[in-house]
Amino acid sequence: MEQLIVNGIITGSIIVLGATGLTLTYGILRFANFAHGDLMTLGAYAALTLAGMNLPFGVVFVIAMAFTAAAGILLDTVLYRPLRKRGSIVLLISSIGAALLLRNLVLIIWGPRMRYYSQDIQIAYMMPFGIRIKPDELLIIGIAAALIVLVHIFLKKTRMGKAMRATADNAELAQIAGIDTDRVVMWTWGIGCALAAAAGILLGMEVQLRPQMGWDILLPLFAAVILGGIGRPYGAMAGGIIIGLSQEISTAFISTAYKPAVSFAVLILVLLIRPSGIFGGEGRWS
Amino acid sequence: MVIGGLEGYLIVFLVMSGIFAILTLGLNLQWGITGLFNIGIAGFFAVGAYTSAIITTVQSPDHLGGYGMPFITGILGAGALSGMIAWLVGIPTLRLKGDYLAIATIGIAETIRLIFTNESWLSNGTRGITGIPGPLREVLPHYYYNLFYLLITAAFAGLAFLFIERALHSPWGRVLRTIREDEMMAAATGKDVFHFKMQCLVTGAVIMGVAGGLYAHFIGFISPEVFKPMQFTFLIWVMLIVGGAGNNKGAVLGAVAVWGLWTGTEFLIDALELSTDYQTKAGALRIITISIALELILLLRPEGLLGETKKTFD
Repeated sequence: MEQLIVNGIITGSIIVLGATGLTLTYGILRFANFAHGDLMTLGAYAALTLAGMNLPFGVVFVIAMAFTAAAGILLDTVLYRPLRKRGSIVLLISSIGAALLLRNLVLIIWGPRMRYYSQDIQIAYMMPFGIRIKPDELLIIGIAAALIVLVHIFLKKTRMGKAMRATADNAELAQIAGIDTDRVVMWTWGIGCALAAAAGILLGMEVQLRPQMGWDILLPLFAAVILGGIGRPYGAMAGGIIIGLSQEISTAFISTAYKPAVSFAVLILVLLIRPSGIFGGEGRWS
Repeated sequence: MVIGGLEGYLIVFLVMSGIFAILTLGLNLQWGITGLFNIGIAGFFAVGAYTSAIITTVQSPDHLGGYGMPFITGILGAGALSGMIAWLVGIPTLRLKGDYLAIATIGIAETIRLIFTNESWLSNGTRGITGIPGPLREVLPHYYYNLFYLLITAAFAGLAFLFIERALHSPWGRVLRTIREDEMMAAATGKDVFHFKMQCLVTGAVIMGVAGGLYAHFIGFISPEVFKPMQFTFLIWVMLIVGGAGNNKGAVLGAVAVWGLWTGTEFLIDALELSTDYQTKAGALRIITISIALELILLLRPEGLLGETKKTFD
């Protein structure tokens, strides 16, 4: 059980990063971006190419995040912005198209086979309570924690961070208060997609790289976002850990194949009991 | 599949188009008319296909079954179970904003795929179910059987078409369209929005389940791999949006046109005899093309080929 909790925290760290980015774009742009998982995939594969150039790990990480942020902003400019006034469901449909587009571009550029950042076999550290944890996994938890602290500082201390929170809370009011919403939208895409890239790289480190990897984790991401309340980054962080833990702990009782279904079950429970999320204030009823 | 030459191929193409037309009509009822966002079509289709297969096949050690019931019982069962699952999905989501239904339908489709992949006792896992009988398949020669099946499919497609067309112009359909345009107004005029949405979601899912059953009996084999969930669902969405959401003729036209393009390009890729790696990449290119086509339609011609015919008064 202790081991499962540790595994849950590792999975949870990855989900937290993905879900925080997703909830920011969801809250500020007011639509469920189904391409978020595939932006994770794009970031992970970009890092694979950069790692092939023998760049240091930190540099690879930062460039891949910047690249994915640019891709997200581009996607918004050519596709989402012209559709924005047509409502959230049209945006949702177009994001599914964008998701398939990105996934298949990745498949064409990098091929359909599984890829790894490193072929080395890692020796797990032995921890108290018989817990085994690999160096990479410690790194995953460390990087996720560091990025979350950075996001926290950005949201609380910078003007743009405050503007983003204000826009997520009430877009009209923010605009009246003189906030430049176009710039907020751009920053939201930038940060959301950079976090997606980070999540994608960590997922690639923990498992492997596949063109389908980001899509397969999308359901847990949405479960975490809704659990935490849409547009609430701190909720998404808590939601991510809860989903990660419930997915891993469920393997003690049911087949590991059903991990994605577990996050779906949690999602349905939340929708039945408290649809605005455990940290959501006002209900978002229709 | 090229058994009876070009004509034989055409018949197979038409049967498949008919099955896709039924799916697109079901989606038109849910999305085009009522505005319900279902992206779990592959799940309802799979439930229909497996249900009908299990009801009609003879005893097999590989999966649940041995009921050996007639074709029509299978199809009815397919629709019934698919509708029941839609009802279960509707309970937690239909009172909420549209995107919750979208996320939940993706979740149910994924869960259904996981169940059919992992529960071997039920569905024989990834190996799938073989030997699904078709009506009069033993009696008729292959060519005539396909022709006969085309008639059956056309009958079901016609039934779905007439039903939705009739519903569209009934008071029921008017309430559904009002819900799509302005939910508050529908509620304000005393309509129980939740129940109308539920009826629409379930009816659409019954239609999709029936399509799944028709598919299973035509091909005779199903496995979880048949329904690459997102690709399949996306294709049907493209069919409806290309054809024109809200218009039943558009839904049918979109299904035939997009299915023609889809299989046509597949045929082309097969004919090129590429290596496996390039074949996968060519397949990816096909999906990219169709995604771009969808985005262009959304941006430039949102009403599709045939838009909804708007009437001010019925």
